[in-house]
Amino acid sequence: MAIYSKEEAKQLLEKALSFSKADACEITLNGSESGNIRYARNSVSTAGHRSNQTMSVQSSFGKKSGVATIDEFDDASLQKVVGRSEELAQLAPENPEFMEPLGPQEYLDSKTYVEATAKINPEYRARVASDSIKPAAAKDVTAAGFLNDSAGFTAMANTNGLFAYNQSTDISFTVTMRSNDGTGSGWSSRDFNDVNKFDAAEASAVAIDKAIQSRNAKAIEPGKYTVILEPAASSQLLQNMFSAFNARTADEGRSFMSKEGGGTKLGEKIVDERVNFWSDPQHPDVPSAPWNGEGQARKKMNWLENGVVKNLAYSRYWAKEKGVEPVPTPSNGIMTGGDASLEDLIKDTKRGVLVTRLWYIRTVDPQTLLYTGLTRDGTFYIENGKIKHPVKNFRFNESPIIMLNNLEALGKQVRINGNLIPYMKVRDFTFTSLSDAV
Amino acid sequence: MKRRDFVQLAGLGAGAVMLPGQLTGNAIPVEALLAPGMDIAAKKRMADVALNTAKSFGASYADARIGRYLNQYVFTREDKVQNVTNTESFGIGIRVIANGTWGFASTNNVTEDGVKKATEQAIAIAKANAKIQSEPVKLAPVKSLGEVSWKTPLQKDFKEIPVSEKADLLLSANASAMENGANFVNSALFMVNEQKYFASTEGSYIDQDVHRIWPTFGVTAIDRSQGKFKSRQALSAPMGMGYEYMDGLSSEKVESPAGFNLFRKSYDIVEDATLAAKQAKEMLEAKSVEPGKYDLVLEPNHLGLTIHESVGHPLELDRVLGYEANYAGTSFATLDKWKSKNFQYGSDIVNLVADKTQEGSLGAVGYDDEGVACKEWDLVRNGILVNYQAIRDQVHMIDQQESHGCCYSQSWNDVQFQRMPNVSLEPGKEPYSIKEMIKDVEKGIYIAGRGSYSIDQQRYNFQFGGTVFYEIKNGEIGPMLNDVAYQSNTQEFWNSCTKICDASDYRMFGSFFDGKGQPPQISAVSHGSSTTRFNGVNVINTGRNI
Repeated sequence: MAIYSKEEAKQLLEKALSFSKADACEITLNGSESGNIRYARNSVSTAGHRSNQTMSVQSSFGKKSGVATIDEFDDASLQKVVGRSEELAQLAPENPEFMEPLGPQEYLDSKTYVEATAKINPEYRARVASDSIKPAAAKDVTAAGFLNDSAGFTAMANTNGLFAYNQSTDISFTVTMRSNDGTGSGWSSRDFNDVNKFDAAEASAVAIDKAIQSRNAKAIEPGKYTVILEPAASSQLLQNMFSAFNARTADEGRSFMSKEGGGTKLGEKIVDERVNFWSDPQHPDVPSAPWNGEGQARKKMNWLENGVVKNLAYSRYWAKEKGVEPVPTPSNGIMTGGDASLEDLIKDTKRGVLVTRLWYIRTVDPQTLLYTGLTRDGTFYIENGKIKHPVKNFRFNESPIIMLNNLEALGKQVRINGNLIPYMKVRDFTFTSLSDAV
Repeated sequence: MKRRDFVQLAGLGAGAVMLPGQLTGNAIPVEALLAPGMDIAAKKRMADVALNTAKSFGASYADARIGRYLNQYVFTREDKVQNVTNTESFGIGIRVIANGTWGFASTNNVTEDGVKKATEQAIAIAKANAKIQSEPVKLAPVKSLGEVSWKTPLQKDFKEIPVSEKADLLLSANASAMENGANFVNSALFMVNEQKYFASTEGSYIDQDVHRIWPTFGVTAIDRSQGKFKSRQALSAPMGMGYEYMDGLSSEKVESPAGFNLFRKSYDIVEDATLAAKQAKEMLEAKSVEPGKYDLVLEPNHLGLTIHESVGHPLELDRVLGYEANYAGTSFATLDKWKSKNFQYGSDIVNLVADKTQEGSLGAVGYDDEGVACKEWDLVRNGILVNYQAIRDQVHMIDQQESHGCCYSQSWNDVQFQRMPNVSLEPGKEPYSIKEMIKDVEKGIYIAGRGSYSIDQQRYNFQFGGTVFYEIKNGEIGPMLNDVAYQSNTQEFWNSCTKICDASDYRMFGSFFDGKGQPPQISAVSHGSSTTRFNGVNVINTGRNI
C-alpha cells in the first residue's frame, strides 16, 4: 500500500531530513493507488492499476539547489537520495530567484479524502462499464468511456520546521455515446472526491439521450449567436482566462492583464458586474488541497468580484521583488451562479444555440485571450423557448473576456473537473465556420 | 502534477512550449546517465521469466518490454539557467493475451519474483476483462526475428556532452536575442534516450537504443506604450538525432524566400534566436491581414503540423474504428471511403507516405513495440486514399495480413498501442524551387513555422496559425503580416494543392510530445515535406479590440 498516514509520513520525512548536511532541505513525499477502465465499441478495451510512491528532495547551499528523487524508502535509499540532491546542488549554477524554504504554517482542514473512493476495486470498474454499455446497446447506440479513480497522499517537510500533509481521493468519468447510424453523438462527464455521489447509469443516460436527440443535425449559418453554455462548455475557456491572472507576466507587459503604458489591470472592471469568481479549498462540493507545492497555505480568495480583478497570483519571489504578500495560485475555481435550471434558461431564449461542450481549444492570440475550438457532442438550435432541432457543429473564435462581458443570465452551478461553474447564457458568441464532424 | 503546474515549475510562462504533465522517472546525477544499466543477458533472462510464466498460466501470447528511459532537460531564461533535470526510469511491462483478451501489468522490480508477480497480474486482468469482451483479439502473423538490435545513427551522444556546454549554448542564444531587441527569452533543450529491450512468445529478442533531441525557445518583444506584445517561437524541429543537430552547419541551411535561413538537419540556435528578436519587434508594427481567399505557400516546418492533424490522425485505424471515440474522436476517413478505391483525399499530385524508417526522423526505429520490423507504406497515392496505420491486432479489420509496425508505448509502465508513424508529403517530381513558386503566386501568403492549431473530432474542419507570415503580391514577397489564420476542410484543402517544390527543399517538422489515449501517452513523430502551394484558402483575421 503506497498510502502513508500522517504520522508515518512525518516519521519518514524527519528521518530523511536527519541525513541533510545542506544549508536547507525540503522533502516532498507522494503516494497513490489508481485504477482505470476504458471501453469502446460497446466492449472493454483496456484496464489498468498503478501504484506510485516518490520522495523528492531539494537541497540547497546558498542560492544553489539540486533535486533528486527516489521510490524506495529504506535508510540506505534515504541517505542516497539526500546525498545525491546535495551533490547536484553543489554543481548547480546560482539561481537568483531562489527562495528559502518556508517555516511552519497553519493550514485549513479540507475534506478531500473519502474512504469509499479508496476502496474501488476492478469489479466496481467493470460494473461502471457495464452500466454504460448495456443501456447504450439497448438503444442502438455505441458507448466509449473512461473511468479513472485514485487515492493518494502528499506530505512535505523542511529544515525550517514546516510540515504539511494531505490525503485525497478522486474519481473522474467521461463517456461518449454515438448513434449507430453515425449521425448523432452525446457526451457527459462527472468527477467527485466521493464515489457515492457518482451514478454511472445516470451519466450514461444523459449522453445516450444527447446522442439520440442530436441525430441528423441541420446546418445553420455561422455568425454571432446567443448561446447557452453548459458548464462543460465554458469551463476550459474560463480556466484559460485564469492563466492570465499572474502578476509577473502582467508586470512584465506580456499578458492580457498588462495595461497600456505600464501597470496591470488589478482593480479594474474587465467583465460584467454579475461575474464573481473565487477559490476555496474548503468548499464542500469541490474540496481541494489546502496547501501548494511550496507549502504555502491556500485559503478562500477572490479573483473577480462584481467583474473587477481583485487579485493576481504572486509567486514568493515576485512578491518579494514587488514588496507584497505572496498569493498562491488557486487549486479550484468557483463562479457564482443563479437559481435557473437549464430548462429555465432555454425557456427564456427566443433564438439561440445550446452547447454541450467545446473541444480542441487553442490560443489564437494571448494578447486578447482569443481562443478557437469547436462545439461537440450535442449542439441544438433554440427557438421561442424550445429546443427546435440539432445543428451541425461550429468552430468558434472567441475570448472569455468578451464572452463574460456579453453575459445574459447565469444558471445553476455544476461541478466540472474540480471546479464549480454555472450554466450561462451569453449573447453574440462568435461562430466562424461550420464543421461536418459528428 | 497538472500540465500547467509543470509549465510554472519550468518557469516558461507566456509564449512557452506546452509540456507533458509528467517528467517520467527519478531525478539522478548527470554522470548516472552514462551508467550501463542491466546487461543484455540479464534482460533476456527476465523477459523469459515473463514469457514462461504467461504461458504456464494459459496465455496464448505474451510480450515483455524492459525499458530504461533517460531524459535530460535544460531550461534557461534570459541570462539565467533555471533548471537542469536528469531523470531515469527503469522497469518491465508485460502484456498477455488470455481467453482472447489483452491484459497488461508493469513493475520496477525487475527480479524473477517481481516479474512473475506482474505477469500473474496481467493474466488476472485479462481473464477478468474476458467476461465482458465481445471482440476476441486476433493477431496478424509476424516473423520470428531471433536476437537483433538497432541504434539511432548518431555522431554525438548527448549524455557525453557536458551540461555546461548545453547551458552556455542556450545562454548565448538568449543573449543574442536580448541584444537584438527582445524583452524576454525562454529557451529549453530536451534530450531523450530510450533503451528498450523487447521479447515475445513469437521468438524475437530485440535490443534498441533510441535518441531524440529538441532545442526550442520563445522570444517576446513588448511595446509598453501601446500595451502590446508579440512572441516568436523557434524554427527548429525536434529530430531523431544526437547532439550533432546543434552544430549549426551552414551546409544544412536553406534560404527562405523572405531572406532568412531555415534549417534542415543541423540547427543554428544563435542565428535563429537573433532573427526571432528582430522578427518579434517587426511583428509589433506589422499590418493586420485583410481577410479573404489567398493562395498559401506553406513552408515544411509549418506544413508538417497541418499534415500531422489533417492526415496523420484521421488515418489512424483505431480512430476510424471508434476506439478513440471518447477522447480524440473518430475520423471522416471511414472504411467505405477507403474501400471505394476512389476517395479523392487530395489533388492528384498529393502522395502521402507513412514510415518508421527515415533517418533523422523522430519515428525512426528498427522494430516497433510489438516486435514488427519497421517499413514505409502509402497512405494516399495520386490523391486517392489507399491505406491506414494499423498494428498486429488491427490489420485483419482491413483485410490485411501484415502489421504496419507502428505500435508504441511511452514507457515500460504503459501499455503499447497504435501510434502515428512519420507521415510525409512526397516532394514534387519535376525540378521546382521555392523562388519559382513565389514568382507564380499573384495574391498569397507565405507561412513558416508552427502556430495555433485546432481541428474537429473527425478531422474535417481546421484552423491553423503559424510562426511568421509574409504577404505575396504579384510574384514577390512583401512585408510581414499579423493576425493570420486559415480555416479549411481537410479534403477541400488537400484538393486545393497545386504545386509542390522538389526534393532539394525537403525538410522535416516534428512533434515531440504528441498526446493520445486514456490515460494519455506521449510519442514523437516527424513529418517531411517540401514547400507546397494551396490555392484559394480562406484566411481570417484574428485581431480583436478589447
